[in-house]
Amino acid sequence: MRKTVLAGALGTIALAGGVTGPAAAQDDTFKIGVITFLSGQAAESFGVPAWNGGKLLVDMLNEGGKLPAPYDTMGFGGMKIEVVVVDEAGGATKQVQEFRNLVQREEVDAVVGYVSSGDCLAIPPVADELKAFTILYDCGTPRVFEDNSFEYVFRTAAHATMDNVSLARYLKSRDFDVPSFAGLNQDYAWGQDSWADFKGAMSQLYPDAEEKTALFPKFGAGQYGTEISALLREKPALVHSSNWGGDLQGFLIQATARGLHERAQLVLAAGDHVIPQLGNKMPDGIFLGARGVNGLAANARGGELKELTDTMWSAYEAEYDTFPVQAPFRMWQAIFGLKTAVEKAMADNGGTKPTDEQLAAAMTGLAWDAPSGRIEMALAGGHQAIQPNAIGTTKWNTETGKMELVDVEYYNARCVNPPEGMKSADWLAQGFPGAQCD
Amino acid sequence: MDLVATILVDGLIYAGWLFIVSVGLTLVFGVLNILNIAHGSLYAIGAYASASLVGAYFAAGGEAFPYGSYAALILAAILVAVVLGPLLERGLLRYFYGRDEVLNVLVTYAVFLILEDVMKLIWGVNPYFVYEPYTLLGTVEMGSLFYVGYDFAVIGAAIIVGLAVWLTLNRTQIGKVVLAVIHDAEISQTMGVNVKRIYLGAFMAGAFLAALGGALTAPMISVTPGLGVNVIIVAFAVVIIGGLGSVPGAAIGALMVGISRAASVHLLPEAELFIIYFVMAIVLVFRPEGLFAKTQARKI
Repeated sequence: MRKTVLAGALGTIALAGGVTGPAAAQDDTFKIGVITFLSGQAAESFGVPAWNGGKLLVDMLNEGGKLPAPYDTMGFGGMKIEVVVVDEAGGATKQVQEFRNLVQREEVDAVVGYVSSGDCLAIPPVADELKAFTILYDCGTPRVFEDNSFEYVFRTAAHATMDNVSLARYLKSRDFDVPSFAGLNQDYAWGQDSWADFKGAMSQLYPDAEEKTALFPKFGAGQYGTEISALLREKPALVHSSNWGGDLQGFLIQATARGLHERAQLVLAAGDHVIPQLGNKMPDGIFLGARGVNGLAANARGGELKELTDTMWSAYEAEYDTFPVQAPFRMWQAIFGLKTAVEKAMADNGGTKPTDEQLAAAMTGLAWDAPSGRIEMALAGGHQAIQPNAIGTTKWNTETGKMELVDVEYYNARCVNPPEGMKSADWLAQGFPGAQCD
Repeated sequence: MDLVATILVDGLIYAGWLFIVSVGLTLVFGVLNILNIAHGSLYAIGAYASASLVGAYFAAGGEAFPYGSYAALILAAILVAVVLGPLLERGLLRYFYGRDEVLNVLVTYAVFLILEDVMKLIWGVNPYFVYEPYTLLGTVEMGSLFYVGYDFAVIGAAIIVGLAVWLTLNRTQIGKVVLAVIHDAEISQTMGVNVKRIYLGAFMAGAFLAALGGALTAPMISVTPGLGVNVIIVAFAVVIIGGLGSVPGAAIGALMVGISRAASVHLLPEAELFIIYFVMAIVLVFRPEGLFAKTQARKI
């Protein structure tokens, strides 16, 4: 599934001139290839809201003057943004082919994409081979840059270790008693890694807590009755889950019907995105994160970024009749980062449209503001972002008829992310050396 | 609650759901000799249709009598069978009767893929929820554990379905005709049996059971695209264990899978997936045709 979203000058000129091949990139436009899930199980939770947010932001930037400074200038350095969108469904092999098509046939100036960790591991070697500037905007696996290094590839979102370290810190800061804990996570890399990170963080902050059962139902299992019985029997003080999408919704529906949330504290590493769907069926008192200061946590934050956050929040609500959860926030921070990098590269190169090499040089070690906070390319030699995080507690507001996050705690990026040069697993095992917590 | 009792209860709940899904698959294979991959899609469409109907029921003031939503669940399954049964059987599958079984698997796989996209066209990619029927029956306290009453209703539904299918096949005139068609369709036809009608009826019954499985599952999950994929895999394991075409086999297969899976989750969670296929492998080592299928001479 592919569509050119912006009816920019490029397509018009190509058609008028009778060009039958792919339109070549021009200096008055900046062409981005966006890859995210438009179909499949990750579409509803991540892909579609991310692209909804991305489309909205591109339109606002192209119009110019719709956002607070420094994002009030038109497009990228005056260039109109054109987008080609590709569905991420189909697996890594297909995505490698789609990536080559975007770079070699569509001649995009930058690629922004990938929710799946499998795709994030498959694309970077190809990006470096083609010398194509690429932003990984969403995926969580730390292995992308901890096991390799790439010249043209950048990840503008923090990796998943942050989510689980923040949860453990939240428990500790609230003096939550954790004599024992258990987990229910999806049986693939995301669920396994999340559980390992959570266990690692808990072993440092709660060394005496007993690990009870660790359950890994199949991805898309749907039925959690037996797992819930096992959790109820084990009687852990808390249950950790990094489930997402339909798996998380199904688990919460079944778990709350059997009172699991009343017998154990539920902590959800990435649970904010099911709030719009579940509404008041999401129980009060759940500790949850949004993989960054995203969604309700961003809306509740205030501070210097309030104007930028409120602008995007209001525009999203007006356009889609729902509030933005974590996925659009990560797309926004990628596009704001790309705008900052393009304009920095142009300033360094006499105002001309940057090459992939110039863009990569500008992006390395860059820092910029986004609705999710200050994003810093501080790891992996300036290729991997760190960002602040937040954890809060769900509470249904009967007056407004909306779910709120209360008791939100915000964490400095350097408090919940490993320092440069250290792998996440080592950082957890060594007790968070170099962590800078306020 | 005692661990063994917990495993049995959890296993029975899972087996009840699994039997409803699997018995339609084995029925269609028994009569039509088609291994219907699209059974998973019919399950998913049943879930979507029930979510839509139950949603419409409550939107139309169903709160006054919420128990009516159970009728909406069953009605959704009937609608799926009545609409899609003839469409698929008369419109497509009848052209492949008597052809290679592998070809039939590929045809139904194609139908599965088409229906997956049709569902997205009709219902989109956003999830559907119908919680109300799930919580209406309250909870049941068993020792230190609470179960949802709805789960036991699903076990009851599975028993009713199993008895209805078995009694229809073995204690009614139409059942004897169906068995005759299963035994030899050509001779049945020469004896005046309307084989086409039997095929259509059997496929509609299979579609109804698939859709009923989806409809009964919908209240406890979020109904999203891709729902049918996992179901068809585990349903195949059940009917292969029990023997393709055997209704009692589907019941025993569902029980074996349900209880062994529950035991694994409680005792050895790492082996939850492995145990299902391990049980299947063990059965096939000793009974290559499955537990209840009749051994057939191999034609050379």
